[in-house]
Amino acid sequence: MIEFKLNGKQVSTDSPGDTPLLWVIRDEQQLKGTKFGCGIAQCGACTVQRDGVPVRSCVLPVSEVAGTDITTIEGLASAEGTALKEAWVDAQVPQCGYCQSGQIVTAEAFLKSNPNPSEEEITQAMTGNLCRCMSYTRIRSAIKSAAQGEVNS
Amino acid sequence: MKSINTGVSRRSFLAGSLGTGLVMGLGVVLPGCSKEEAVSEIAATGGSRLFSPAVWFEINEAGEVLVNIAKAEMGQHVGTALARIVADELGADWGSVRLAHVDTDPRWGYMVTGGSWSVVTSFEMLSRAGAAGRTVLIDAAAKLSGVDAAQLSAENGVVSGAGQSLSFAEIVSRGDINRSFSEDELAAMPIKPAAARTLIGKPASALDVPAKSKGTAVYGLDAELPGMVYAHPIVAPTRYGSVITAIDDSAAREIPGYQQTLTIEDSSGFVQGMALVIADSFPAAMKATDAVKVQWDLGETASVSEEDILAEGKALVDDPSSGVLFVDAGDTSAAMSSASDTLSSTYRTSTALHFTLEPQNALVEFRDGQCHIHAGNQWQSLIIPTLAQSLDMEEKDIVLHTYYLGGGFGRRLFGDQMIPAAHAARQLGKPVKLIMTRPADSLFDCARSPSVARLDAAFSEDGSLSAIEHAAAAGWPTLSMAPGFLGEGVDGEGKFDGFSINGSDHWYSVANHRVRAINNTLAQKTFLPGWLRSVGPGWIAWGVECFMDEIAAKLGVDPLEYRLSLLDAAGRQAGSAPMQVGGASRLAAVLEDVRTRSGWGSPLPDGEALGVAVAHGQERAMPTWSACVAHVAVDGKNVTVKKLWQTLDCGTVVHPDGALAQAEGASLWGLSLALHEGTAFENGQVRDRNLDTYKPLRMADVPELDIKFMESNEFPTGLGEPPLIAVAPAIGNAIFAATGQRVRDLPIRL
Repeated sequence: MIEFKLNGKQVSTDSPGDTPLLWVIRDEQQLKGTKFGCGIAQCGACTVQRDGVPVRSCVLPVSEVAGTDITTIEGLASAEGTALKEAWVDAQVPQCGYCQSGQIVTAEAFLKSNPNPSEEEITQAMTGNLCRCMSYTRIRSAIKSAAQGEVNS
Repeated sequence: MKSINTGVSRRSFLAGSLGTGLVMGLGVVLPGCSKEEAVSEIAATGGSRLFSPAVWFEINEAGEVLVNIAKAEMGQHVGTALARIVADELGADWGSVRLAHVDTDPRWGYMVTGGSWSVVTSFEMLSRAGAAGRTVLIDAAAKLSGVDAAQLSAENGVVSGAGQSLSFAEIVSRGDINRSFSEDELAAMPIKPAAARTLIGKPASALDVPAKSKGTAVYGLDAELPGMVYAHPIVAPTRYGSVITAIDDSAAREIPGYQQTLTIEDSSGFVQGMALVIADSFPAAMKATDAVKVQWDLGETASVSEEDILAEGKALVDDPSSGVLFVDAGDTSAAMSSASDTLSSTYRTSTALHFTLEPQNALVEFRDGQCHIHAGNQWQSLIIPTLAQSLDMEEKDIVLHTYYLGGGFGRRLFGDQMIPAAHAARQLGKPVKLIMTRPADSLFDCARSPSVARLDAAFSEDGSLSAIEHAAAAGWPTLSMAPGFLGEGVDGEGKFDGFSINGSDHWYSVANHRVRAINNTLAQKTFLPGWLRSVGPGWIAWGVECFMDEIAAKLGVDPLEYRLSLLDAAGRQAGSAPMQVGGASRLAAVLEDVRTRSGWGSPLPDGEALGVAVAHGQERAMPTWSACVAHVAVDGKNVTVKKLWQTLDCGTVVHPDGALAQAEGASLWGLSLALHEGTAFENGQVRDRNLDTYKPLRMADVPELDIKFMESNEFPTGLGEPPLIAVAPAIGNAIFAATGQRVRDLPIRL
């Protein structure tokens, strides 16, 4: 049995240790906000945070999260997370929306490490997250306005 | 636009009370049911013995307006746009409007979301439905308040006038709202003049955005049912003709959770040589897929390559007897034979994948004799008959449950992934959740066909352009998936796929113009060609607009000026009401606008230049006028797009921010297909199957975007695809302007 914290709650799984974390989150823990895209850590739709660091849950064996804190889109309750979710609506970012959980989870960890980023820094941090609808300009501006909201407050 | 026959012969538009509110819809009144009975039966919104209305919207006693949406939501915020059309005419309070995305049911008529058709095909009907609703509410309010209806108006969910004021909630609760309208009466409903609109064309937030910003939007992938098992496909080495000869699952049987491997027998022919690995969980299904060994007798296309398909295309466009006549204006043969000079170029585009970020999936359950399918889909009325054939069931017994689509882009116009899931669910007697991993999704994709187009121009003695001959060869999606939608050649000789030739019927005044649409039969038998966002025009315009540039260069004139000179809106280029009002003059207007905004003609550093292209959207019958200028910097073999300007005229813009979002995304798609995407057939299948080698545009590749919509009150046309079309040729033409090197292949590789 593997135990870890999921959005602050202690959870466990009997799945084999090489099971990708993504499916434990989605199918065992029933948190469907984290998505399956490419399966090879290249699109970012499955991004969650392990101890605050963005990781690609589609390739991360669940054995490697034993004893850690995992945060998904559903548990992103920080000031940065809240600001980002609001900024996402203000900027009307999502089109199909499928990648956006991963975008926001990536952006939240980024803003915590860099509260007042330049556009170039945002691009560098986010370019690993594919948006197939190509809502990129809005993702960038939403992160910027979320950051400014944080900075101003 | 192809007309879509709903098969409905006798319809009435009805408004009725149902105790808890007002419902309004289009109903098929069945024999033996009077219109009065139908009105009274409308209470049964779930359908009744005599009457089953397609309820467009309903207003409950709290005054909330629920709008039913029969279009797929795949990022275009279609529900918001359609609901605002209804709500504007109705005079509703936007804050009280809710959407419901409906499951399939014959009452909704023909269900398809594609072709950039949603607003253009719904606008008039929804406007009149809203207007009829407003009429009912005002008349009821007049009776309640004893005021002449002519003195009342509806706005913000309130009917008021002559010192009286009644909310929709009060009217619905207390008023007489039973009415019916014939189709003629509905068609005569007065629609607001543009100046009186309160929602259409005004800023609005999309109703689907909040859920998509916090991870609570539900997609097909998220659907579950008790007792379901998971399935992952093993896709055959060729789309057609491969036959499974042996399956060895001995290694898979060591994997916990592995159940068995099924073979799928599909009489529709779309799923051939597929095995389905069944397991308790999806991770177990993935792992077992790698462990199961399948052997096939290979189909005849097992060695076909991209070059083979392109070579076939080249041979076809060079053969003047090939293809079906799509345009035949003037006498092109005579103009060609009397030409004092000619120009000929051949353009090619490579295979491109849809790569919807949500991979194809379907959850299928057989219950009470019906097949219930949970999956996002764009063309329910296409896949249901296909499933009915494959499963030997009646169409009425197949129900598609609606979810958000994690990307459509035309991939989900065909729900062929439902076929193996349905067979497995029936065979196993339990719900089956099929999910494709990315490589399977790519192998099973209906890719955009490789294409070859040849364009020939003839010039008169005075140097003017006298004729264009255009031949375009590709695999035809419509031939394989929806042959009923093939068009008839202009000379009555043969059928063609309009979705593989639209765009060649351009708006330039050229006295003699002939276009042949050619099916690339090798492409057709090697794979299932698909409709990819912007479809035919997405690659046809690559040829048309690069060739216009080549003609201008040959004549030694500015390519933008030259285009304007041919956009005189004369004769057949004048256009006709309602959708083509203004004809080519509107294309000239967007081109003039983008010329000004882009600073066309200003000096740029060495290695940098602007290029231009225009397009008229998905179909000549419903033009969305677009002009794009690309600012490109070329350094050796590296091409950087620094900025894209687009000016768009799609008539009335219903939801401006949604329209802008579509234009942003489509512009970047155009760039992505021009420089970043593209694969090749190798040994009968696509070479690139995941993001390690298939590389759509990322944030770091995004240029500055400057997009403008023309102010217009003309009939609204389509928007989800048209802004894609002109981008690639604008980039190609900019590369020529910067370097003198003419590129004729997509994706562009210097």
